[in-house]
Amino acid sequence: MNDELKPEQSRRDFLMKLSLGAGAIAAIAVAIPVGGALLAPLLENEQQNWATVGAEKDFKPGSVTLVTFQNPDPKAFAGVTANTASWLRKDLNNQFIAFAVNCSHLGCPVRWEANANLFMCPCHGGVYYHDGTVASGPPPRALSQYRVRIFKGNVQIQTGPIPITNLTASRK
Amino acid sequence: MSAIKKIGSWLDDRLGYTENILPLIKHLAPPRAKWTYVFGSATLFCLILQVVTGVALSLLYQPSSSLAFQSLNFITNEAAFGKVLRGIHYFGASAMVLMVGIHMIRVYIFAAYKYPREMSWVSGVILLLLTICMGFTGQLLRWDSNGVWSSVVAAEQMGRMPFIGKYVARLLLGGDTIGGHTLSRFYSYHVFIIPAMIFGFVGLHLYLVFRNGISEPPKAGRQVDPKTYKSWYANMLKEIGVPFWPDAAWRDTLFGALVILVVVILAVVIGPPLLNTAPDPAYIKTTPTPDWYMIPFFALFALMPPAIESWVIFLAPPLIILLMLALPFLSNKGERSPVKRPWAVFGVICVVIFMTCLLVIGYKAPWSPVFDAKPLPLTSVRGNQADSVIQKGTHLFYIKGCEYCHQINGYGGFKGPNLTEVGNRLDLSLIKIRIVNGGPDMPSFGGALSKDEVDALAIFLAAQK
Repeated sequence: MNDELKPEQSRRDFLMKLSLGAGAIAAIAVAIPVGGALLAPLLENEQQNWATVGAEKDFKPGSVTLVTFQNPDPKAFAGVTANTASWLRKDLNNQFIAFAVNCSHLGCPVRWEANANLFMCPCHGGVYYHDGTVASGPPPRALSQYRVRIFKGNVQIQTGPIPITNLTASRK
Repeated sequence: MSAIKKIGSWLDDRLGYTENILPLIKHLAPPRAKWTYVFGSATLFCLILQVVTGVALSLLYQPSSSLAFQSLNFITNEAAFGKVLRGIHYFGASAMVLMVGIHMIRVYIFAAYKYPREMSWVSGVILLLLTICMGFTGQLLRWDSNGVWSSVVAAEQMGRMPFIGKYVARLLLGGDTIGGHTLSRFYSYHVFIIPAMIFGFVGLHLYLVFRNGISEPPKAGRQVDPKTYKSWYANMLKEIGVPFWPDAAWRDTLFGALVILVVVILAVVIGPPLLNTAPDPAYIKTTPTPDWYMIPFFALFALMPPAIESWVIFLAPPLIILLMLALPFLSNKGERSPVKRPWAVFGVICVVIFMTCLLVIGYKAPWSPVFDAKPLPLTSVRGNQADSVIQKGTHLFYIKGCEYCHQINGYGGFKGPNLTEVGNRLDLSLIKIRIVNGGPDMPSFGGALSKDEVDALAIFLAAQK
């Protein structure tokens, strides 16, 4: 009797495994494109470019100016969110430094207070000197900088990701 | 039999209402579970309110980085009842966070997480976290400059995770920077992904109520013993149990209705939060502020010693979550009554006081510079007001930004010490040293002031006594 059942049993066993296997393959086939959408920002390699922010002669030595530029390859549906700002300093030797506006503490936008000669963050009271080093408050490191170059009389900033402070950041 | 009755019994036969649904509605619940038991169902009512108003808002909202702000203006100012709708969704979120919190405190104080309801607690903790995620992602969908900068702040916090932080931050923003993908991703999280998880866990949470029964109100001295509890509970229900509807559930329904009515009244009277400026990441004159239920965490970031902060940001959340999930396994039997568990009550009181203090101080934000401080008038200054040096010092105190952090006679910020009577604490030379060199949490102003300016400021400050 048992022997008679065996072929039936193994057939059923095979069909069960077949159905589970087919289900798994179907699930994986769908999961790949869905996972692709979910992880899209990690799969794209964003190119950076040089953005012109003004003519070299228009910036006064010793000044700190808020300049605005577009992110590289902005999507048509980005609208104003394609903009990024930077604090551009021209020192007395006519050297340019472009600071990220993001506080190194939690990314809030710092403001340049020209009379006090300080960058100040409205969120948790982070304060930086004119060279971007920490003056007081919780920031774990100096303001980030973008690369700057002079190209045909224009000041250009190399676009970059929003600076993200990592665990091991230090003020030194 | 009338025709209506015939149709009714036909439907009942085919749908199985009397057979399958009615027993759930009428299932026996322990008596004397009174007003303390209404907060879980109130949370569910709030969830339903959020789903309904959320769906309504999605009819009017444009989930795109470039257009969301315009559509929010449209909803608020032009759409029929749009303003009230936004208000209900906003206050509904607040009510849901509040109810979920009170529900959890009630369950903890009554130790309802003990045997056999461990999985109710575990699914509840997950639902609490999902609710917080909903609150945060929803706040960002209010896509003005506050929404933009709040998403940057969130990305920065993710960035503190070791090794993967940068990638998680990038995933959250939908790229290297704020841009076209940012809002659509937050929309997807808020409208599809997290709600789907919430529906799943709410289903499990409710199923477990039927599976293990509503916990009986605790009595001092009555111990939970996993060996005998289930049969004891079944006997207790048989003897004194009452049908869930209407004997127990009328309170849930009444309270839930009141909560929703209060939410609607607040939405009509106070209205939704005002929209800030357009979501332009290059507009920097904004002070990112989260909604009230996130303020305590925001305050904590200002108050923690910077040296440990990064570690706390990435270690504390998983540790707290792990501890909460572990609770019913660390203590799943014995006493349930709060009278016999004074430390549990004490702990809850401490946490509530701690969070309330952080909330209050978070709103005051004494650590932030007061950018809109009013100029210190000469009439509020001590010393010889006719002296030109004192006048110059008073002026410098305002324009050089001292007032952002220091107060004199009610003018200025709170970050630094009040200087109304600084002349009593420091003499002229010490004041000069402090201004030029700065202090432990004060910038040095040596580079920003000329010698004359330092002298005038110091003389003015020394006269404040």
